[in-house]
Amino acid sequence: MESIYHDADIQKGDAPTKASPTAVPLPNETDFSAVSINHSLEAEEKIRFFSQMLRIRRFEERSLRAYQQGHIGGFLHLYIGQEAVAVGSVSVMSQDDHVITAYRDHGHAIAVGMEMDECMAELYGKKTGCSKGKGGSMHFFAPDKNFWGGHGIVGGQTPLGLGMAYALKTKGTKGACLCFMGDGATNQGSFYESLNLASLWNLPVIYVIENNGYSMGTSESRHSAGEPLARRGEAFDIDWSVHQGHDLYEVRSAIHNALSRAREKSRPSVLEIVTYRYRGHSVADPDQTYRSKEEIEEYKENKDPINLFRDKLLKEGVLTDDKIKALDKAAKDEAEASAEFALASPFPDVSELMDDVYWETDNPEEKSSSGTIFFESSR
Amino acid sequence: MAEITYREALNQALSEEISRDSNVVLMGEEVAQFKGSYKVSEGLLEEFGPERIIDTPISEAAFSGLAVGAAMMGMRPVVEFMFWSFSYVAFDQIFNNAASVRYMSGGLVNVPIVFRGPANGGTNVGATHSHTPENFAANTPGLKVICPSTPADAKGMMKAAIRDNDPVCVMENTILYNLKGEVPEDENFIIPLGKARIALEGNDLSIIAHGRSVQVALQVAETLEEKHGVSAEVLDLRSIRPLDLEAILETVKKTNRVLLVEENKPFCGVDAQIAYLIQEHAFDHLDAPVKRISAIDVPQAYSKELENFQIPNHDRVLAKAMELL
Repeated sequence: MESIYHDADIQKGDAPTKASPTAVPLPNETDFSAVSINHSLEAEEKIRFFSQMLRIRRFEERSLRAYQQGHIGGFLHLYIGQEAVAVGSVSVMSQDDHVITAYRDHGHAIAVGMEMDECMAELYGKKTGCSKGKGGSMHFFAPDKNFWGGHGIVGGQTPLGLGMAYALKTKGTKGACLCFMGDGATNQGSFYESLNLASLWNLPVIYVIENNGYSMGTSESRHSAGEPLARRGEAFDIDWSVHQGHDLYEVRSAIHNALSRAREKSRPSVLEIVTYRYRGHSVADPDQTYRSKEEIEEYKENKDPINLFRDKLLKEGVLTDDKIKALDKAAKDEAEASAEFALASPFPDVSELMDDVYWETDNPEEKSSSGTIFFESSR
Repeated sequence: MAEITYREALNQALSEEISRDSNVVLMGEEVAQFKGSYKVSEGLLEEFGPERIIDTPISEAAFSGLAVGAAMMGMRPVVEFMFWSFSYVAFDQIFNNAASVRYMSGGLVNVPIVFRGPANGGTNVGATHSHTPENFAANTPGLKVICPSTPADAKGMMKAAIRDNDPVCVMENTILYNLKGEVPEDENFIIPLGKARIALEGNDLSIIAHGRSVQVALQVAETLEEKHGVSAEVLDLRSIRPLDLEAILETVKKTNRVLLVEENKPFCGVDAQIAYLIQEHAFDHLDAPVKRISAIDVPQAYSKELENFQIPNHDRVLAKAMELL
């Protein structure tokens, strides 16, 4: 089949860019502010997207401090640097569309509208957390906001996203499922099995590969043969394309087009969005063994999604320096308040340990089975 | 009451539940056009069409996970594994996702799904096709596990599993598919999970078993009665998790001697837990140590001679029973 680069808004001649951590900015980047989905944006909406990205960053920074202070245990995978991907993607979803993601899920959670309080409290393992302290950093859920997790096993969510798309189609809903994943997940078998079924059954699922250049500490050139990663969709006749994740407008444009394809043709897509994470794979990652400080600094300097969007909005006259300061202060205050909320919240009681395992034990009045379902070791 | 096979009983259960609830679909390898590798789904494609009876590629991780995702959004998929052995390539989807999503979401997300298929040895197909993972599944909080041993149980428990709001693993048995028995035709015939069944009443010894081992236990009980004048009670566990601990303790307290029989491999098998529970709760009622017969502890052998010896057969079970008397 012919090379698929369906984003109608991209000018001819733009080739998929190499998803390398050391890739330099494209010499002639398309101005995605001109495409209709962005051109039609009201100033207020633009400010909201900017504010959401800031809120994610300030939340992540505050959670990192809480981790360093010993309030958060386990793993903490920060989204700093990738904010435009979650915010841009969610911003073009309709109420019928759904989201599922991997373990680096705080950004998506805040983008879909989860509160900082419930997210921070979950990190602290508190009863007021979104999963009552039973899921932790990698397992945030908000089904009422069409957000289905937060999944800890690399690639494990790719068949689940497929199933969501299948359920939407079966129930006759005109929605799609955005299934986010990292570049490392593209090497899991479940991903290919999912691509095959997605195409074979014409399911409205969009695999969004957030390519931050590293599968934990292994760079793309060391973990993947063949590039770009999204091209792997071609083997299954799935439309694919590669985009720059530091440009919120480009992300919106790409996801919008894929959602339209899902809605109108019930066809899947594979989108590779090239992005970068400033922090380690998790905060336990020493982050010095596999990439240079200079590389990180270069991204911060030239491709920071928040700075780039800020500059755009300043240029457009949508934002002023004062307004930016006020938004940033609000984001910092909100993050600080969430940490205070989390700290002040109670831990779950040990009597709640066995809740939420089985629907049946939580709904005894409707229980139909009998017998012993929990087994105790000798006390 | 009609006498039908275990296979037909499963087919009836599926047909009735697919009719009853538009959220129920059956998917798996060869379930539709091929009518099921073991013909369990024969006629269902004609009855319900390809939207409800869905042939999948040989791609267990994808279709199991797909079904979990669909269940999270309110569907009630029934996933057929041609053999439970094949579920091993979908382990993550069953054990991480189906089993844990409810807990990790603090109870916000339910996974009403059935994973079903045969899980047994004794069919001369070698190690990769003969696994009995009821112990793995039962070891995983969040999953329910049942092993029906009769046609009536196959129907009533399958229906209960499909109506259940939690993930249920139904471990069937290819050798039982042709077993005949009386099965109620009532569409509301349900056998609740977690309820054991006295398959045979007796006084001298309790043989506790699940799956096809129940049939072996019944044959041994017959020999014990005829040749040795011993009255054995046979308790069919039916359900592994939830487990009918009460029924187990009751039969132990009645006969004071226990033989546990299962096709699981011995180490960390289901009966290891049952033996623990018996000594914990009924130690003073035992007149002899609890004995076990499991599959012999090597990968499933291919050669008929070897495999027939390996799985709990009449003679091995009988010999162990005699040690208890």
